[in-house]
Amino acid sequence: MTPLRTLSNVLYQRPNLYLALLLVTPLGWFGAIYLGSLLNLLWQGFYTFDDFTMAVTPTLTLANFAALFNPSNFDIIVRTVTMAVAVSLASAVLAFPIAYYMARYTRGKTKAFFYIAVMMPMWASYIVKTYAWTLLLAKGGVAQWFTQQLALDGLLQAILGIPGVGGSTLSTSHLGRFLVFVYIWLPFMILPIQAALERLPPSLLQASADLGAKPLQTFMQVTLPLSIPGIAAGSIFTFSLTLGDFIVPQLVGPPGYFIGSMVYAQQGAIGNMPMAAAFTLVPIVLIALYLAVVKRMGAFDAL
Amino acid sequence: MPLAVQFTQVSRTFGEVKAVDQVSIDIAEGEFFSLLGPSGSGKTTCLRLIAGFEQPSSGSIRIHGLEAAGVPPYQRDVNTVFQDYALFPHMNVLDNVAYGLKVKGTPKAERHSRAENALAMVALAGYGARKPAQLSGGQRQRVALARALVNRPRVLLLDEPLGALDLKLREQMQVELKNLQRQLGITFVFVTHDQTEALSMSDRVAVFNRGRIEQVDTPRNLYLNPATPFVASFVGTSNVVRGALAEALSGSPAPFSIRPEHIRLGAAGPDSRHVQVEGLLRDIQYQGSATRFEVQLDSGQLLAVSQANDSWQAMPQAWQPGQRVQAHWPQEAMTQLQDTEAY
Amino acid sequence: MHSDKAPWGLRLAAWGGLLFLHFPILIILLYAFNTEDAAFSFPPRGLTLKWFTVALARPDVLDAISLSLQVACLATLIALVLGTLASAALYRRSFLGKESLSLVLILPIALPGIITGIALLSAFRSLGIEPGVFTIVVGHATFCVVIVYNNVIARLRRTSQSLIEASMDLGADGWQTFRYIILPNLGSALLAGGMLAFALSFDEIIVTTFTAGHERTLPIWLLNQLSRPRDVPVTNVVAMLVMLVTMLPILGAYYLTRGGDAVAGSGK
Repeated sequence: MTPLRTLSNVLYQRPNLYLALLLVTPLGWFGAIYLGSLLNLLWQGFYTFDDFTMAVTPTLTLANFAALFNPSNFDIIVRTVTMAVAVSLASAVLAFPIAYYMARYTRGKTKAFFYIAVMMPMWASYIVKTYAWTLLLAKGGVAQWFTQQLALDGLLQAILGIPGVGGSTLSTSHLGRFLVFVYIWLPFMILPIQAALERLPPSLLQASADLGAKPLQTFMQVTLPLSIPGIAAGSIFTFSLTLGDFIVPQLVGPPGYFIGSMVYAQQGAIGNMPMAAAFTLVPIVLIALYLAVVKRMGAFDAL
Repeated sequence: MPLAVQFTQVSRTFGEVKAVDQVSIDIAEGEFFSLLGPSGSGKTTCLRLIAGFEQPSSGSIRIHGLEAAGVPPYQRDVNTVFQDYALFPHMNVLDNVAYGLKVKGTPKAERHSRAENALAMVALAGYGARKPAQLSGGQRQRVALARALVNRPRVLLLDEPLGALDLKLREQMQVELKNLQRQLGITFVFVTHDQTEALSMSDRVAVFNRGRIEQVDTPRNLYLNPATPFVASFVGTSNVVRGALAEALSGSPAPFSIRPEHIRLGAAGPDSRHVQVEGLLRDIQYQGSATRFEVQLDSGQLLAVSQANDSWQAMPQAWQPGQRVQAHWPQEAMTQLQDTEAY
Repeated sequence: MHSDKAPWGLRLAAWGGLLFLHFPILIILLYAFNTEDAAFSFPPRGLTLKWFTVALARPDVLDAISLSLQVACLATLIALVLGTLASAALYRRSFLGKESLSLVLILPIALPGIITGIALLSAFRSLGIEPGVFTIVVGHATFCVVIVYNNVIARLRRTSQSLIEASMDLGADGWQTFRYIILPNLGSALLAGGMLAFALSFDEIIVTTFTAGHERTLPIWLLNQLSRPRDVPVTNVVAMLVMLVTMLPILGAYYLTRGGDAVAGSGK
């Protein structure tokens, strides 16, 4: 008997040994490297940071977590969450018609074309997409040229004048940052909605029409409710990706920390790893809460 | 004669479910043996136990006298024709058929010529270069058969191999399979839920119900002398009469079975020892070669009666639903059953 | 319903949405050929190929490209091994902790990259490991595993269990069945998963920011260029190259996994 056959026999008779052999490497990697790091990080959140000596001492304290509720830190959290919610809502509104068109009015080659046309920008380099927007929004850039050509200067200035939305220029405004976020995460919303609509049997719509519903009524009563799981699934991505981002806030929009940039600054420039660790708990908790909400909307079945 | 397959008190449980429950079977060498039962009755699990895809929870399985426990499928001298054929989609037909020889290290020239022969045996000579996806359902079925037979197994296991074929093709394949089995003299273990198929092809049939065997017998005995109410109603159709009525008609409190075609409508002759009953004619169905009547006896018992339309003339007597009728059958036509639950 | 013509408003919104998704990408393609050397002005005054020569003669660009390729190859290799092992273990048998294990595999792309990044950084620091190529690869491999895992497990689930049983029934042992039946059926799924993992790693910036130390992968090089806007034309050319390297694998993966499982791993 060849050694391989012997090994096959041994593994065949001991399925648990076979399973253990398969699992040992991935389990080791994720258990030791990934989960180990996460727990280590969380543990560091309890360490003490001395503001004067700039040194970290392993004295356990809850001060870092308490500091999250300082007005300035709390502002950062509110700002980030507001943006994440706004981006999710806008993505859903923009994504729906595309997804609906893909699911209901395309077939064969056109469907494949749309699918690839959504997948490509989704996978295209994140940093390059962000860079593209800095080009678009820059002074004298594409966006400005278009507004001038269309004689919309006045309108743009008026919008930029609204406090909390605008800013001195497009590239330093909340609006600009919001646009970039929506652009980057939009494909993550389109595909789950499209998948949800794709699963919706046409006979349901025919049944609704047959029972006397006008197209708008069918849409409101049947199509929209049944696509909620898809929207919820897509919003998991738009919400959590916006929540943890620190590159876009750094490159586009007005000054002021986001959760991500705060974590980055705390561990980098400030060197306060315990505070950075405490801050990472915020997105984890928020996302966990968010997942609990959208799970009830059926988002996990639509993933 | 040595036994090809022997089950002794074999059980297989999946969690709480007893898929196979205390089953004992002896399958003789060269026999065409069918495992018949409704879905979930344990027949397929028994087949998988023979193939080695499952291990028994208790009991012993011997294949040609050798204990099979712990022997992996690839070291058993049995081959399987799968329900979904399980042809390898990335290989052409010839490579599919030659696969078993290849993994045993048979030289290329020999395995190709043997595979060609096996294909010729199932009337698919010249199809070797095609991919399974390019074949019809019936052709795939034959390839699956050739792929198993080329290894010259001593036992061939067939898991509902004809289930996916349409009626005409199925009947044709039944004849071919039976001829092949006679010609090769290999033991066939054939799983099916189709009682007609089991009766027409097998030397012996084991009837499964809820993981247990109800009866093992020749097709003829199975039909004429069913042992239990389940067998009576699963193999063919039957009237199972129980309780007080059974005692009144047969003289024994045990349930009995009477086949619809053994009952005659009308009055029995005065000197006959026939059992005579009377009731209301509820329904008449014309079924071509036979006409089926449904009679409700005064006790409430429903009786199915089948009369062959064996004359080219119209039915001599024009029965009408709603009229009262008499029916009778010979004493010997009644088969006493064990008092167990029906199907 | 499928055959109906879409209302013009819907068609406009759908095609407009596609245009929105592709416009910035087209702008990048256009600017790579821009003749000017310092401005973002639009429309460009003229087109040229000279910046490609300039960019590809810059040692910092070449170093970044070579580092990114090296990292992406290593991370993909590790992800292929770990992802395949994990999917083989998880696709059929159920065992205690199976659900949690599949959750842990997805966690690195489900949680914001910044968490993975800083967690790894603090762990490396605690262990006294100097950031460098090794630490970048460890980070990338961790979030690439799930991409391979998703592709392979989808294919395994589509591969009928009876094929494996048929192979064993015909006399092939576990190893022969893997070599002759499972591997040929997994081939294109592995390739697709590998390509996607490669693209993901090549482009990754958030985790890399934390694990790179002084090393500069191509995305980090780009980010540095942005915060110090000099030699814009070279940046534009590199941006276009990165864009192409990350977009092309998606096409390949799409064609490899067409007909059945969607390109798995929709999460970055």
